[in-house]
Amino acid sequence: MRSDGSQSAPLGLKIAAACGLLFLHLPILLIFVYAFTTEEKSFVWPPPGLTTQWFAVTWNRPDVWQALSLSVRVAAISTAIALVLGTLCSAAVSRTKFFGRETISLLVILPIALPGIITGIALRSAFSLADIPFSFWTIVLGHATFCVVVVYNNAVARFRRTSGSMIEASMDLGADGFQTFRHVVLPNIATALLAGGMLAFALSFDEVIVTTFTAGQQQTLPIWMLEELIRPRQRPVTNVVAMVVVLVTLLPILAAYYLTRDGDQIAGSGK
Amino acid sequence: MSLDAAMVRATAPAILPGSGGLRGALSDLFWRKPKVLLLLMLLPPVLWLGIVYIGSLFALLAQSFFSIDEFSGLINREFTLKTYGDLFQAANLDIILRTVTMAALVTLASAVIAFPIAYYAARYARGRWKALFYLGIMLPLWSSYLVKIYAWKLILAKEGILTWLLAKLHLLWVLDTWLSLPVVGGNSLSVSFTGTFIVFVYVWLPFMILPVQAALERVPGNLVEASSDLGASPGQTFRNVLFPLALPGIVAGSIFTFSLTLGDYIIPQIIGTSRLFIGQAVYSQQGTAGNIPLAAAFTVVPIVIMGFYLWGAKRMGAFDAL
Repeated sequence: MRSDGSQSAPLGLKIAAACGLLFLHLPILLIFVYAFTTEEKSFVWPPPGLTTQWFAVTWNRPDVWQALSLSVRVAAISTAIALVLGTLCSAAVSRTKFFGRETISLLVILPIALPGIITGIALRSAFSLADIPFSFWTIVLGHATFCVVVVYNNAVARFRRTSGSMIEASMDLGADGFQTFRHVVLPNIATALLAGGMLAFALSFDEVIVTTFTAGQQQTLPIWMLEELIRPRQRPVTNVVAMVVVLVTLLPILAAYYLTRDGDQIAGSGK
Repeated sequence: MSLDAAMVRATAPAILPGSGGLRGALSDLFWRKPKVLLLLMLLPPVLWLGIVYIGSLFALLAQSFFSIDEFSGLINREFTLKTYGDLFQAANLDIILRTVTMAALVTLASAVIAFPIAYYAARYARGRWKALFYLGIMLPLWSSYLVKIYAWKLILAKEGILTWLLAKLHLLWVLDTWLSLPVVGGNSLSVSFTGTFIVFVYVWLPFMILPVQAALERVPGNLVEASSDLGASPGQTFRNVLFPLALPGIVAGSIFTFSLTLGDYIIPQIIGTSRLFIGQAVYSQQGTAGNIPLAAAFTVVPIVIMGFYLWGAKRMGAFDAL
């Protein structure tokens, strides 16, 4: 047996891995076919015919646009909050060792480690105890809380790779703390923050479990989809929206991957 | 940077003049007393997470000690353990048992399916293939949760692609036999526990692959070769070398698959029977039934189970594989 590490895998392993990957991807590809089907009432396969008319129908649906716009606004603001909080937290944790450092890491990860339903109902019961009415901001409050961890993970990984001597050199050359942050620290962590921000956006854009508890009458796009899944009104429109959602979430993931692929293979792992 | 810009840079003084005013004073303060800076950096995130999140968790926990007045339906805000007692009613115990069994089965199946993918990605995939595997796991992980469930509704529907495929292969009788079985069967796959199980495995599978792959990346290839040089069959190598080394990764992955299954209420609602899981019980208790104390008590169940689970996982060294 050669030991240069270049031998090929046993056939059984190849087949099992390929089947596993197909299992992961085929269902998503199926969505693309169904977006073009002419069938309205059932999920019949194979599709009796193909058409693009449902794209036009979806385009003219105000409820879809409203849900989409709410989702985008919520995701944008949650991402902004998560970027600030996550960066601060990761900078503090990676710069210094202090008492309770482990607890802070746990605190950041907890909202995503516990099942979403717990986060959701906890927030809801807190809102009801404090008499806070449901609004746009209650949704943002929930989303920002669990988005912090994605930014934090990406930024911490980058800080670990950034050498502290650069900061010292900048200080030695007379830059004050703010200049050092602006000209030395920020350029170093920028791509990690961008990647973390995009993942946070994708996470918020897709979130449904916490949102069902923190939204009142408002519908984000996932809530709109959930409604359609439970009480279908126009299946072809749901198909089209599903396909668009897949495409829209695909882009930030690919971008985040390309931004962080050299060195820290963190982006995205551990959603 | 262009050459001109570089020249300008080079002629500029290398040492910047000190900045005065408030900004300079602040900068000096942070330099002399790093603890002040640390405190200022930690304050916003800790306040946010502490108040919004931990505060809410305590609000929830507090509610589980209240009880509901059975006649008026109003919440009685006095300390009582009665609500926890209600958890042990046969119907509620049933829900808990059903959910834990499902979580265990889902975890087991994910581990079995994840292992070959993770092993291939860790040991054989190189260069372009490695990136492809990484994205191949990452894209389904990040794809919309609801879209994934929806895709399975399409697949498992009676008129859907799975039935069509089995009919083409003349294997429809297998499906019919399976659906006629008690417990796992039903009218069609999309309203059976089998369907719920498949969707759970599908949705959480990437969460298992990643930590297993991380654990396997750390196994030196020559360990496997040494094992076969010493005469072990591939099966023996797997049992005695690979599996023990991958176990922390599997346990780390199982934390996700187990915890996520325990808390989910959307998958069994859309693809499954009318028999409830913990998540659905929580949802219906706080929503239609208006019994927030019982809903809160129900959420304590997964927290306690996960507490024990994490404690056990930590003892097995699973956190190093995360």
